[in-house]
Amino acid sequence: MSDSHELSRRDFIKVTTGIVGGLIGAVVGLPSVFYLIDPALREGGKDAWIPIGKFEDMQVGTPYPFSFTRVQVNGWERTASSFGGYAVRRSDSPDDLLVLNSRCTHLACTVNWSEEGRVFLCPCHDAAFSMEGEVLNGPPPRALDIYEEHRVNEEGIVEIFFKEG
Amino acid sequence: MWNNIYAWLDERLGFNDLYTNLLDRPEPKTSWWNTLGSASLFLFILQGLTGIFLTVYYTPSPDHAYDSITYIMEGVAFGWLIRGIHHWGATLMVLVVFIHMLRVFFTASFKYPRELTWLIGIGLFLTTLGMGFTGYLLPWNQKAYWATTVGTQIAGTVPFIGEFILKVLRGGPELSALTLQRFFAAHIWIIPAILAALIGIHLYLIIKHGESHFPEKED
Ligand code: HEM
Ligand code: FES
Repeated sequence: MSDSHELSRRDFIKVTTGIVGGLIGAVVGLPSVFYLIDPALREGGKDAWIPIGKFEDMQVGTPYPFSFTRVQVNGWERTASSFGGYAVRRSDSPDDLLVLNSRCTHLACTVNWSEEGRVFLCPCHDAAFSMEGEVLNGPPPRALDIYEEHRVNEEGIVEIFFKEG
Repeated sequence: MWNNIYAWLDERLGFNDLYTNLLDRPEPKTSWWNTLGSASLFLFILQGLTGIFLTVYYTPSPDHAYDSITYIMEGVAFGWLIRGIHHWGATLMVLVVFIHMLRVFFTASFKYPRELTWLIGIGLFLTTLGMGFTGYLLPWNQKAYWATTVGTQIAGTVPFIGEFILKVLRGGPELSALTLQRFFAAHIWIIPAILAALIGIHLYLIIKHGESHFPEKED
């Protein structure tokens, strides 16, 4: 009899320790997960129309380079990130404008227009893209991204719609 | 199948022996006072975990230390909780370690064969204080800055080598970025490593000798 009493007392301790330990683990553990992944749960910044250059400066047949920076508050610091691309006029029609993102679709290096080859070259793994952004050579899985939404404002400046994140 | 896996692992790792020796040791008649060492160990682990989490956002630079802590408190999900546990846990740990030491003193548990356990314990208490002293500077606010100014100035009053000690602590004659950086290194690497090693020896000795029997009236 005293034997079984001993046992149940010990089991009681074990179970209580388990429950209390589990509770403490949950109270510290669950918030910790959210604490660690918090930056990944944040929404990106604001969308905006970004001016990229005068329409009259963009020549048919020559990609027009542009770049801009967006400033975001990350934690306790403001971080400026650069973006860029090329505006490509394919014909005289003002609607026939293609705005390419110069971020390589392989692993995100920046492509440059090469006037001799008349292609966009990526310095990182030797990719080549046509003036329209199609992959001609190298590892990229798809054509250069394009800024779909763009417009020419009253002052004749081309603006692109930029979505952050 | 689980039984087989368990038996296989137990044969090589010796869980059962560990269990009997660590958690199922014979004890004299004990009281709640005997739990304070385990409470200290728990607090150490809790401080270690929450401290590691704090370093995910904290920056030990005079330009950003204060801002990064404000961000932990106001910007990060549950940052207030993690920092709160670390902040109050630090004070509680000093308190619990100290009361544990008092209990060992009043029950005369430091006597043969436990003198070394006691000496290591003194080291544990001092390193715990060192954790508090170095951690206190890290928020780099007014209170932290002046507390460290005063604390290191006191260390500077040691005869002959005082000025040298002061310069070693501050990384120069005045408080600077170097002071914050070295306090941070001491707080997260050097002192915790010493503390962990001392805890290891302390626990080994406790398991080797078992808990002491409290003295009776006639002892
Ligand atoms: C083991 C016992 C420990 C004690 C007694 C202790 C004590 C302290 C104290 C008193 C503070 C200042 C509290 C405040 O005003 O915020 C602090 C801050 C800090 N501790 Fe610890 N700490 C311990 C362990 C650790 C460990 C192991 C780490 C990291 C591996 C760590 C990382 C930090 C960091 C990053 C801060 C700055 C954030 C803040 O001040 O809130 N601590 N600690
Ligand atoms: S990143 Fe452009 S080719 Fe690899």
